[in-house]
Amino acid sequence: MTEPLLQMRDVVVEYPSKGLRSKPFRALKGVSLDIRPGECVGLVGESGSGKTTLGRAVLGLAPVTGGSIRFDGRELTAMSSRERRGMGSDIQVVFQDPYTSLNPSMTIGDILAEPLTARDVGRKAAQSRVAELLEQVRLPADAARRLPREFSGGQRQRVAIARALALDPRLIICDEPVSALDLSTQARVLDLFVEIQERTGVAYLFVTHDLEVVRNVSHRVAVMYQGEIVERGETADVTSAPEHPYTQRLWMASPVPDPVAQERRRAERQRLLAVQAEQDQQAGAVA
Amino acid sequence: MSDLPPIALPPDTRSPDASLAQRLLRDPLGLVSLVFLGVVVLAAVFAPLLTSHDPGVAVLQDVLGDPGDGHLLGGDSAGRDVFARLLYGSRFSLLGAALALAVAVLVGGVSGLVAGYFGKWFDTLASGAAAVLMALPGMVVLLAARSVIGSSAWWAMAIFGILLSASVFRLVRQTVQSVRNELYVDAARVAGLSDLRIIFRHVLRVVRAPIIIQAGFIASVAIAIQAGLEFLGLGDMSIPTWGSMLNDGFSRIYQQPLLILWPSLTIALVCLALTLVANALRDALESTSSRRRAVTLAVPVDTVDETSPAAGTAPTADDDRTVLRVEGLRVGYAMPDGSTKEIVHGIDLDVRRGEVVGLIGESGSGKTQSAFAVMKLLPEGGGILGGRVLWKGRDLARLSERDMTRIRGKEIAYVPQEPMSNLDPSFTIGTQLVEPMRIHLGLNRAQARTRAIELLGRVGIQNPERVFRSHPHQVSGGMAQRVLIAGAISCEPELLIADEPTTALDVTVQADILDLLRDLQDDFDMGVLLVTHNFGVVADLCDRVAVMREGHIVERGSTRDIFVAHEHPYTTQLFDAILTPENTRHPYQAPYLPTAPRTEASTS
Repeated sequence: MTEPLLQMRDVVVEYPSKGLRSKPFRALKGVSLDIRPGECVGLVGESGSGKTTLGRAVLGLAPVTGGSIRFDGRELTAMSSRERRGMGSDIQVVFQDPYTSLNPSMTIGDILAEPLTARDVGRKAAQSRVAELLEQVRLPADAARRLPREFSGGQRQRVAIARALALDPRLIICDEPVSALDLSTQARVLDLFVEIQERTGVAYLFVTHDLEVVRNVSHRVAVMYQGEIVERGETADVTSAPEHPYTQRLWMASPVPDPVAQERRRAERQRLLAVQAEQDQQAGAVA
Repeated sequence: MSDLPPIALPPDTRSPDASLAQRLLRDPLGLVSLVFLGVVVLAAVFAPLLTSHDPGVAVLQDVLGDPGDGHLLGGDSAGRDVFARLLYGSRFSLLGAALALAVAVLVGGVSGLVAGYFGKWFDTLASGAAAVLMALPGMVVLLAARSVIGSSAWWAMAIFGILLSASVFRLVRQTVQSVRNELYVDAARVAGLSDLRIIFRHVLRVVRAPIIIQAGFIASVAIAIQAGLEFLGLGDMSIPTWGSMLNDGFSRIYQQPLLILWPSLTIALVCLALTLVANALRDALESTSSRRRAVTLAVPVDTVDETSPAAGTAPTADDDRTVLRVEGLRVGYAMPDGSTKEIVHGIDLDVRRGEVVGLIGESGSGKTQSAFAVMKLLPEGGGILGGRVLWKGRDLARLSERDMTRIRGKEIAYVPQEPMSNLDPSFTIGTQLVEPMRIHLGLNRAQARTRAIELLGRVGIQNPERVFRSHPHQVSGGMAQRVLIAGAISCEPELLIADEPTTALDVTVQADILDLLRDLQDDFDMGVLLVTHNFGVVADLCDRVAVMREGHIVERGSTRDIFVAHEHPYTTQLFDAILTPENTRHPYQAPYLPTAPRTEASTS
């Protein structure tokens, strides 16, 4: 059994609320999750379920108020901000929106060199690394001189992936990285993610709301609902035979691109909703 | 999997900075003002070369002398040369303004940066201080300061700079706060950049432009206030300044009216020029960020050409259930250089009552533009270039805006992609539902209210009366979309145009909204034109579908046919891109990780 690379235990994230005496908002209510080296764990849920917060907690961008996050045996939550900055070479990120995640006034070359210059890599070395990165994500070498606005959504997302790869990280948090992309672009960017993983052995925490995306890239899946993980398991199991009622409803809600199959799925969803309503009623009657 | 095709990029474009300067110079007012300010500054610097007179030397015979005769603008009340005093005066006036400006930008800029970026206690403290400074009456503070520290013009301007720093502080703080939440700043943080580096690389770039613009306004206010103080006789009377010249001219206004003209003209022109330059700069900067929106309508695009396809008769000809028939519709946008760019190249489409027609395509395919053209709601600069939009025997493409208003909302309704941005945050949901019904259906207030609550119930809202009274920010995105759908069906339209109605919603909410649309379409026997990029949505809802690519419809047919037997290569390409369960990833295997050759970047 391979030792986990990332080990989250009972992680709690709380955002302070406005007002003096109001309770802080609990975005994560004690979440535990492991990711092994080279593994892709899909994190599925609706907006507000806490899936993005979980990724931000690992990145040090969300206020962790309880539990522990260990990366390669080191406790992230206990690190000083200087030590935390050093983790940049191990944990990286690709955000959802390729339009706001690249500074519009910097050239692609400057954007890709940024993580390198933060580690005092020389100009020459940085330049050749940028060229290497562009090649890895299949962008032409002259892209380095251009500004983000000259690129389409899919191309920008390739730039964002290249930036994440710049320091050879061991874990990349992918926060809905293909949701904003066109259908045909989406498939190609997903292929790129898988290919990079197979070549470099980097691990992914892949946050998404799309069942098909998660099925295509993840080894394992965790389903989040209201700040907790309600179901987890091997991708094939969770996506084909979900056990938790929430997962079942979530799966049935996403339409299949096949009119006949979709008609069946629609009927199945109606049945699940009816069952749920009945249970709610009974629970109400008991209470 | 690895043989992905290389990605083509559009040809290189000009650098943005060059075009910014060009835009600035193209603004005639900005250019003239900039040249004028340049002349004033040069005149101040080279004053000794421009006049041989000493601004401080009084010559008795030149007292209140007329212009000419060795003194270009005459002499003042003490017999000093007015032109020389104006030239030398600009040194002190400009330097004074520069001092105030420097203090304001330095104090306000730095504190705004710190407060905006780090927040916490410093933000609270500095924001409070800025509020106090803004509430203080500037003139009174300066008068009080003079009685304590004497008549030094420099001190007065430094203090005034501190008063002005409050406005810079607010501007910078607000700008920094919005940049701080940008994803690219998060990415920089994850990359391991220190806060100082992030400020220099990402934050300062964004703050720079608004500060430069604000600086123009601040300098002009500083010059005016400084002149005001000196005019009151509170300045340093030993040095020549524009304000003291005003004072002198005012006291001799009956003997030599021209005396007051020169300093006031100079002050007015300099202030005007500073403000105009700031304005021109702002315009130039704003047009970079929205190049496409700034396009003006160079050609009257809405004048439809007469070469539209074969004159057909009313759409009732072949099928009396057809409500909308689009023939050869072409849509274009006016470009800044006066040309017209066509983006929809002649599409045909029809929608029958009780039928859902899907218009599917990727971004940039022209699907949304086509839908907007049917409602004649294209953004500024866009218009119908040709073709016909037949609606009950009338051609909407040729209809006046007035007649169109009567059809839109009543006969053709619209459901947008972003429910939240289509509700006005300052009105309750009820008001926004009631208003169109009163106009289109002529209902009175009470009737419209009853109907609105009925409709909210009809679209599956649990507590319609509470939602009726709520403001948009109090409801969720899914609820807002239900409200908009209720609004869309309120006038019982014959056609509903839905532009990606579920794209911004969660899957579970999406499924509910799709069910609702299906229900309503059945009940009202509406035609629906559904714009989407999601084949799942098409499979769920549509009877027929048209596939769009680069402004053309490349394939169309019944939904089942398209899904089972599509023919066009582009459609095939789209279907191939759909992720399917067959591609489920294999279970995890611990990777064989050789001692990977890490770059020096990560090992150092």
